[in-house]
Amino acid sequence: MKTLHSIKLIALLFISSILLSSCSDNHEDDDHDHEEELITTVTYTLSNGADIVTLKFQDLTGGSIEDATYDVSGPLTANTTYTGSIQLLNETESPAEDITEEVEEEADEHEFFYASSVAGVSITKTDMDSNGNPIGIGTALTAGNAGTGTLTIILKHEPTKPNNGSSDAAGGSTDVEVSFLIEVQ
Amino acid sequence: MTLKIFLCALFCMVFFMSYTQESSSKTAQDCEFTFRGRITDFHDSTPIIGASLYLENLNTYTISDVDGVFQFKNLCKDKYILEIKHISCETKRITINLDKDINKQIFLEHHLNELNEIIVKTTSKSEKTSIEQSIKKATIDNFSDKSLGDALKTLSGVSSLNTGNSIVKPMIHGLHSSRLLIVNNNVRMFDQEWGDEHAPNIDINSSERIDVIKGANTLKYGSDAIGGLIIIRPKKYAVIDSIFGSTITSFNSNGLGGNINSEIVKTYKSGLYSKIQANYKQFGDFSTPDYSLTNSGLKNINTSFKIGHNSYEKGFNAYYSFVSNEIAILQSSHIGNVNDLVNAINNKEPRVIEDFSYNIDFPKQSILHHLGKIEAYKRFKSLGKLSVQYDLQINRRKEFDLRRGDLKDTPVIDLRLFTNSIQTDLEIDAFDNLKINSGLLARYQQNDAVSGTGTSPLIPDFDKYDAAIYSIVNYNLNATSELSAGIRYDFSKINAKKRYNISDWEETYNYNEIFPEFETGNVDGTRISTNPKFTFHNISASLGYSTLFKNDLALLVNYGLATRVPNPSELFSDGLHHSAARIETGLLTMNKEVANKFVISLERNNDDFGFIISPYFKQIDGFIQLVPVGITTTIRGAFPVWEYNQINAQIFGVDIDLSKKITDKFDYQGSLSLLRGNNLTDDIPLIHMPSANFSNSITYRNKSLNQLSIRLKHRTVLQQNQFPNYNFYTFNAILQEDVFVDISTTPPSYSLFNLSTSAIFKAFNKGKLKLEFNIENLFNATYRENLNRLRYFADELGRNFNLKIKINY
Repeated sequence: MKTLHSIKLIALLFISSILLSSCSDNHEDDDHDHEEELITTVTYTLSNGADIVTLKFQDLTGGSIEDATYDVSGPLTANTTYTGSIQLLNETESPAEDITEEVEEEADEHEFFYASSVAGVSITKTDMDSNGNPIGIGTALTAGNAGTGTLTIILKHEPTKPNNGSSDAAGGSTDVEVSFLIEVQ
Repeated sequence: MTLKIFLCALFCMVFFMSYTQESSSKTAQDCEFTFRGRITDFHDSTPIIGASLYLENLNTYTISDVDGVFQFKNLCKDKYILEIKHISCETKRITINLDKDINKQIFLEHHLNELNEIIVKTTSKSEKTSIEQSIKKATIDNFSDKSLGDALKTLSGVSSLNTGNSIVKPMIHGLHSSRLLIVNNNVRMFDQEWGDEHAPNIDINSSERIDVIKGANTLKYGSDAIGGLIIIRPKKYAVIDSIFGSTITSFNSNGLGGNINSEIVKTYKSGLYSKIQANYKQFGDFSTPDYSLTNSGLKNINTSFKIGHNSYEKGFNAYYSFVSNEIAILQSSHIGNVNDLVNAINNKEPRVIEDFSYNIDFPKQSILHHLGKIEAYKRFKSLGKLSVQYDLQINRRKEFDLRRGDLKDTPVIDLRLFTNSIQTDLEIDAFDNLKINSGLLARYQQNDAVSGTGTSPLIPDFDKYDAAIYSIVNYNLNATSELSAGIRYDFSKINAKKRYNISDWEETYNYNEIFPEFETGNVDGTRISTNPKFTFHNISASLGYSTLFKNDLALLVNYGLATRVPNPSELFSDGLHHSAARIETGLLTMNKEVANKFVISLERNNDDFGFIISPYFKQIDGFIQLVPVGITTTIRGAFPVWEYNQINAQIFGVDIDLSKKITDKFDYQGSLSLLRGNNLTDDIPLIHMPSANFSNSITYRNKSLNQLSIRLKHRTVLQQNQFPNYNFYTFNAILQEDVFVDISTTPPSYSLFNLSTSAIFKAFNKGKLKLEFNIENLFNATYRENLNRLRYFADELGRNFNLKIKINY
C-alpha cells in the first residue's frame, strides 16, 4: 500500500513538474541574442593643424571582416609630425557606444600598439595610465620619407605593463587588430 | 551467524516440546479453533522447512514440517501475534484475529544477504556478464580532495581530458562527454556534459563505490554509452539500530588547501536509515616545479541527504545532493587571437606569474548542481521487484571571462539546464536460471540560455523530450556460464530556438534550402529567427557471455550496439571560445552516431596472482568530432574555425591489469593501456586520443603494526605519436609575415612517482583514526600532458605533500 502511494506520488511529481516548467517556458525571446561587447568601428585621426587624415575601419555585422570597409581619407605628408587620437565605437547600439571611454577608465589594463611597415614612420604614445605606463589613445606620428605600406593598430587587454613596446612581447588578449594601407608622399 | 540461528532454533524446539505439554492442560471452554499455515519462500514459492513459529500471547512454539506446514490447535477466540523465524531469513511478525479455523499462507524472505553490509565478492558486479572495474571506498577516500576524474584514472583504460588541474573530465577508451554515461545514485547526470571544459558535478565523497563499465551492459541507463558507463553507488546499510559517522580532513602543500568531509548515518532495526554528508574544499593557486599558476584555485561546497527504508518486500529512498563549484582558470590562458596563442606557445612560461593567492579571479567557472530523487520498490511473489523512480536535476553554469566596463562581473555563458525523468524497472527473478530486467523511461529537459550575458548564447534555448523502453535477459547456461542479451529503443525530440546571421543561414550553410521548415519568418536586421526541430529513433542492443574456468579464471565477451543523438553543442554551437582562441561551429546537419563495440576480458581473480587482459574494438560510424577547418579574420584578428563534422572512426586497444603477492607483506600491481584511434574517412589518426601508458606499484603492508601500508607507485605516459596534423600558418600584421601555429605537436613522455603511507590507530572507545601521508610527483618532474587543454600555456603541477586524517566513529 505504502509503495503504491509513493508510486502515485512520484507520478504526480513528474506530471506537475512538466506542467510547471512548460508554463514558465513562455519566457519571451529577450535580448539575449545580441553582442554587447562588439567593436564595430576603429577611427584613427591624424592631424597636423591644417591637414587631417583619418583611417577608418568599420564592420557593422561583427564576425568575419570580409564585409568590412577600410577608409583612408588621404596620404600622409612626408617628414611631418601628426597628432594622433584613436576612437573605438560599437555602432550596433543606438546611440553608438564609445568603447574608448571604457578603455580609458581601465587604462592600466589596456594598451594600444602601433606599427608600420613604411620605413621612417614612427609612432610614440603621448598619454599615461595611473602607473605612468603608456596607453596609446593619444599618439604622435612622424612620417619620414615617401613610401607605402601598412599601419597596424592593436589593442591588448591585460598586457604586461610596462613592456618593451612590442605587442607580441606584451602578451594579453587582443581586442582589436586592424591593418590599414597607407601612403606617405 | 547461521550457526547461532540454528542453535537458537534448536533451543526453541526443546522449549516447544516442554510447553505443548503444559498448554494442553489449559484447554477449556470454547477454545477449539485451529490455526494452520504453510510457509514458503517469497522468491520461488518453495516450502520452508524448520521455521520456528512462536505465538507470543500464549508463549507457544511450533515448527514447520517438510512441506512448510504448521498448526496450532485448541486456540481460543482472540487476537494473536505470531513470530516466524528461520535461518538466514528476516524475522516476521504478523497479527491474526482468530474467530474461526484459519489456514494461512506465509512468505518468508531468504535473501537477507542483500540487505547486509557485506558484499560478496563474486556478486558485486552489476551483471555477471559485465566487463567492469570498481573503485572501492578506500581509494575514494584517497581522492577525497580531488575530483571524480582523478580517482577514475587509477583504472586501466581510463584517462581524462583536463582544463588545468581542477576541471577533470573522465575518458574511457579515448571517449568522453556525451559518449560516457555517468549515473549517480541511479540518476543519469545531465550537467551540460557536452563541453570539453565541463567536468561532471559530482562530489566523490558522497559515494561508496564507483563502477566503470567498459563492456556493453549499459542499456538500463541509456543507448549512448559508446565510451562506457560510470556508476556511482551509495552504501547499503545493515538493518540494525546504530549511529555512526566519519570525518576526513586533508591538507596539501601544493595549492595550500584541502578539504573537510563529514558524514553521519543513523540506521534502525525497522529498516529505516538516514544519512547526511557535507564537504568543503578550498585551494589557492597551484604551482608547477618552477612557477605559480596564477588564478588556478577553487572552492567547492557539497552536501547530500539521504533517507530511506530497506526491507526485502518493499522500500523507498529519497536523495538530494547539492554541488557548488567555483573554479579559477589559469589567467594566462585567456587569449585573444591566434597571434596571442603563438606568443603563448613560444613563451614556454605563462605570461602572468604572480604571488600565491586564494583569489578566484577571471576567467572562472561557477556551477551549481541540484540533484533530487525519490525511488520506491516492491517485490511481488513469484514475480520479482518493481521499482519506480522520479528524479530532478537543475544545473546552472556560469562562465566568466575577462571583460571590460559594465560587463566585468557578467558571465559570458549563463545556462540553466533543467532535467527530470520518471522511470520504472521490473526485475523478474522468479525463474531458476532466468532473470529479466525491463523498464520504461520518460524524460523532459529544458535549457535556458539565461539572458543578460551581453553575448549570443553558445547553446540556445531548447526543449528535449525522451522516451525509452528496454529489456535485458540474463540466462544461466550452467553453473559456470551465463548469457545476457538486451535491447533498447529510444525516442528523442529536440525543439530549439536560435537566431542566425542571415549570411550564415543562407550562404555559409545553405540552411534556407536544407531546412526551410525551421524558418519562423521573423527577420531582425541581419538576424533570422529559427525554430530547429529534430526527431530521432534509436535502437541499441547488447550481448554478453561469461564463463568460469578452473583456477579462478573467467572469460567475458561483450558486444554492444550503441546509438547517440548529436548533443546541443554539436548542433548549435556558434561562437568564439576564448581560452582556445577558436571559433566553434555546430551544424544542424549532424546525424546520429552509431557504434559497434566488442570487448573481451580474460580475468583471474586470485589474491596470489590475478590479472585482467581486456582487448576491445570499436567501429563508430558518423563519429562527431571537432576539428579545425579554416581561418576567420575578425576585428580581433585571426581565429581558426573549428567545425563539428562526421567521419567513420575506429578505436581499438587493450587494457591489462596485474596483481601479484610477492611475500605476505609485499604486493605488486601493474597496469598497461594501449589505444589506437583512426579517422577512417581521412585516413589519419583521431584527435585527442590518450597515448600508451603504464603503471607499477609496490605495496608493503603490516597488519600487526597499525595496519601500516607504504606504497610506491610509478606511472609513465608515453608521447602520443599518432596525432592528426592540424597545424597551420597565420599572418602576423606587425611582422608582416606568416607565422607557424603548432597546435598539434604533442608533449614528450613523462614519468611520475607517488609515495603513499597510511596507518590506523584506535581512538575513543570504538572509533578508529587513519593517518595518511602522501607525496605526489615525488621527484618534482616538469611535464605537460597532451590531454590538458591548457598545455600550450603552462606545465603540470609540481610536488605535493598531502596529509590526511580520517576518523571513524
